[in-house]
Amino acid sequence: MLPKGRDIIDWLIQKYNVSEEESLHVGGMLVKYGYIYPLKEPRSLVLRPDESPYRFQVSRSSPIQYVYLDTIYLAKKNIRKQGELMEYEKERYSVLHKRINHTWDFVVMQAREQLRASKQRRKADRIVLECQEQAYWLINRPPPGVHNVLDVGLERPNNFSARVTLVSGFIAFIYFLFVKYSEQYLNHDPIMQGCLPSNPWISDDTAHWTMNADMVPTPTRLRVERWSFSFMELLEDSMGRREFMTYLEKEFSAENLCFWQACEDVRHGESSRIVEKVEDIYKNFLAPGAARWVNIDSKTMDKTLEGIRHPHRFVMDDAQMHIYFLMKKDSYPRYLKSDLYKNMLAKAIVPQETKKSVFPFMRRQRHSSPSPAQAATQAEDGQAKGAGQADIDRIFVITEINRRTQLRCLS
Amino acid sequence: MCDQTFVAATFGPCECCTKPSPLINIYIKTEPINYCSFCVEVMACQGLQKGETLASLKRETETLKKKLEEERGKLNDVELHQVAEKAEAVGALSIKTKRVLKGHGNKVLCMDWCKDKRRMVSSSQDGKVIVWDAFTLNKEHGLSLPCTWVMACAYAPSGTAVACGGLDNKCSVVPLSLDKNENLAAKKKSVAMHTNYVSGCTFTNSDMQLLTSSGDGTCALWDVESGQLLQSFHGHTADVLSLDLAPSETGNTFVSGGSDKKANVWDMRSGQNIQSFESHESDINCVKYYPSGDAFASASDDSTCRFYDLRADREVAVYQKDSIIFGASTVDFSMSGRLLFAGYNDYTINVWDVLKGNRLSILFGHENRISRVRLSPDGTALCSASWDNTLRIWA
Repeated sequence: MLPKGRDIIDWLIQKYNVSEEESLHVGGMLVKYGYIYPLKEPRSLVLRPDESPYRFQVSRSSPIQYVYLDTIYLAKKNIRKQGELMEYEKERYSVLHKRINHTWDFVVMQAREQLRASKQRRKADRIVLECQEQAYWLINRPPPGVHNVLDVGLERPNNFSARVTLVSGFIAFIYFLFVKYSEQYLNHDPIMQGCLPSNPWISDDTAHWTMNADMVPTPTRLRVERWSFSFMELLEDSMGRREFMTYLEKEFSAENLCFWQACEDVRHGESSRIVEKVEDIYKNFLAPGAARWVNIDSKTMDKTLEGIRHPHRFVMDDAQMHIYFLMKKDSYPRYLKSDLYKNMLAKAIVPQETKKSVFPFMRRQRHSSPSPAQAATQAEDGQAKGAGQADIDRIFVITEINRRTQLRCLS
Repeated sequence: MCDQTFVAATFGPCECCTKPSPLINIYIKTEPINYCSFCVEVMACQGLQKGETLASLKRETETLKKKLEEERGKLNDVELHQVAEKAEAVGALSIKTKRVLKGHGNKVLCMDWCKDKRRMVSSSQDGKVIVWDAFTLNKEHGLSLPCTWVMACAYAPSGTAVACGGLDNKCSVVPLSLDKNENLAAKKKSVAMHTNYVSGCTFTNSDMQLLTSSGDGTCALWDVESGQLLQSFHGHTADVLSLDLAPSETGNTFVSGGSDKKANVWDMRSGQNIQSFESHESDINCVKYYPSGDAFASASDDSTCRFYDLRADREVAVYQKDSIIFGASTVDFSMSGRLLFAGYNDYTINVWDVLKGNRLSILFGHENRISRVRLSPDGTALCSASWDNTLRIWA
């Protein structure tokens, strides 16, 4: 039930203990500045003391929503105009890019989705919405040199409803993404869909873990598919990372991944070794004529080199992010289209489902596995302490060898 | 009465009834008036119509206000469960207890999985920390801390150490050794020092850094090797009860929840509070990120769990039921983020459909409060720790 003009006036009278005349005046100002807007005769911004319906404006979008909306608008414009933005727009776009770098995929997806949806609207609606959107941003982010008309209190109910449409679509899209994510990962959710050949906790058979161990010669199909979900998935799986490194070597850009790994090591490693590691990175990747020189834009390079003079844990962050996004935008999509990946996917195994045992009351023997703690102790002998990536790899190699030896002994 | 009244107290003749009495000095639209309390009440009631009282007017105002806010709410777009109508319904879940880990002599307060998907560490009220191979039920390591109520424990990513802390206001890292004769507690190294109990801890992407939350209202990032404080996070106005690291690409943020009913998102590098969410009606006991890192869930003493999105910067869903009247203490997502497992103080675990918002299943079995639920790293099982001294594995 929508509040009527009369309701609003009465409410104001009660709330402020004022006369009808004053209430009409205050209420009228609220309508004029767009806090309340009439549904009938939207161009006539008065508060009528009768049955006319009104609506309250959506409260100011939070600063974070605003950043997203702004970025999405510019992204759309960028796509439509194929990069031909005004200078001040380009600057703002690049500032925003830095700010929400980590969810850039989301912004581009949103922008593309909005463009696609708008193409499906009737031409008249599309023009109206575009005008609304443009007017909204003209007022809220005026180009340099243009007077900010908000001060003058222009009555533009259109712009407020544009904002409502923008926020509305933005939120609905986010919800849509949750649905998509759960669909994409459904087959990777053992509690919902089960896992092959069987869930070790249910069947007491550890085959599922064996088949998905780090050093298997042939990975499972689900695992290889997962590498295509996102760049992060590929890098987080050590086998996926190795495969990607092999691909990059073929493309003569392996130094990018090596650089990224070295930066990760600085960020997450011991404080005492930061200086030493940063020096190594400089020698190997950044110095002029370095053996594995990485291609970073000059602005980031200058900033990083300046920072290296006083190394700290986060000094490589900008450069690392630059290379990460380079690999993500360029090498990663090409890897997914490459023969290397396609062959891996083709030969990946799909385990057969283990049928339930004929004698369900006989419990299988539950085999133990070598503790990671033990493996580390073995690795420590004659080796400097430190949980670097190489050490962790070694731990899992030893674990795997032990485990296979055990299995062979038991069969 | 109108909002613009000021109340002061003097003594003298009332301007209305002329009797000398304590006067209430008020202003009606900038006109000063000095009446005794009886005459003030009479005047207030003169504004009422027949059949109305001040109370009834106030009620009507509240109703109107609510109606207007409802209308505003309707403007605030679509709900998650509406968009999720298109999603397929979750099939019947058959989740049963597959292991019961007995060995603690007192309430189990916390647990964490090892990256090898079968080992775990658990800590209890009597100061004992046990490392188990949950698959075989073997206890592989045990140590006794000198303090009681070890509320936080975590497994190091390499699998070669564990961290634990609690009422001793510290969080210590203990390297694991398979030498049966070795006293693990001797190698224990204090890393974090707070001024109140440690409620939660987690390693960041390596064994080298530890993130802790504390009853002193702060979170802190520590260098394990040197014990140095790398960054502290101030902003909560009461005990911080839980934290979780974001699984994002740039790996730089974490979320914390506390007794001030707030969930805060922090930048690990600068120590800044980036976002804050306050919609719970009581202490937030647990926070956990959604698998994609774009959202997180919280469990609270107000018996609800809530879902917040970081991009939309708001609460996106509330998981509650009239029949659930006890506080929720812990939450975790299933691998696809479709299911939310929540442990409650009424000894049960409820399984919620994150998208559609309905409760799919209840897991009975524990005989006391659930203190912690955690999904195994490959999503094959859920572990629950309870005040009934046991842990259960569900699959």
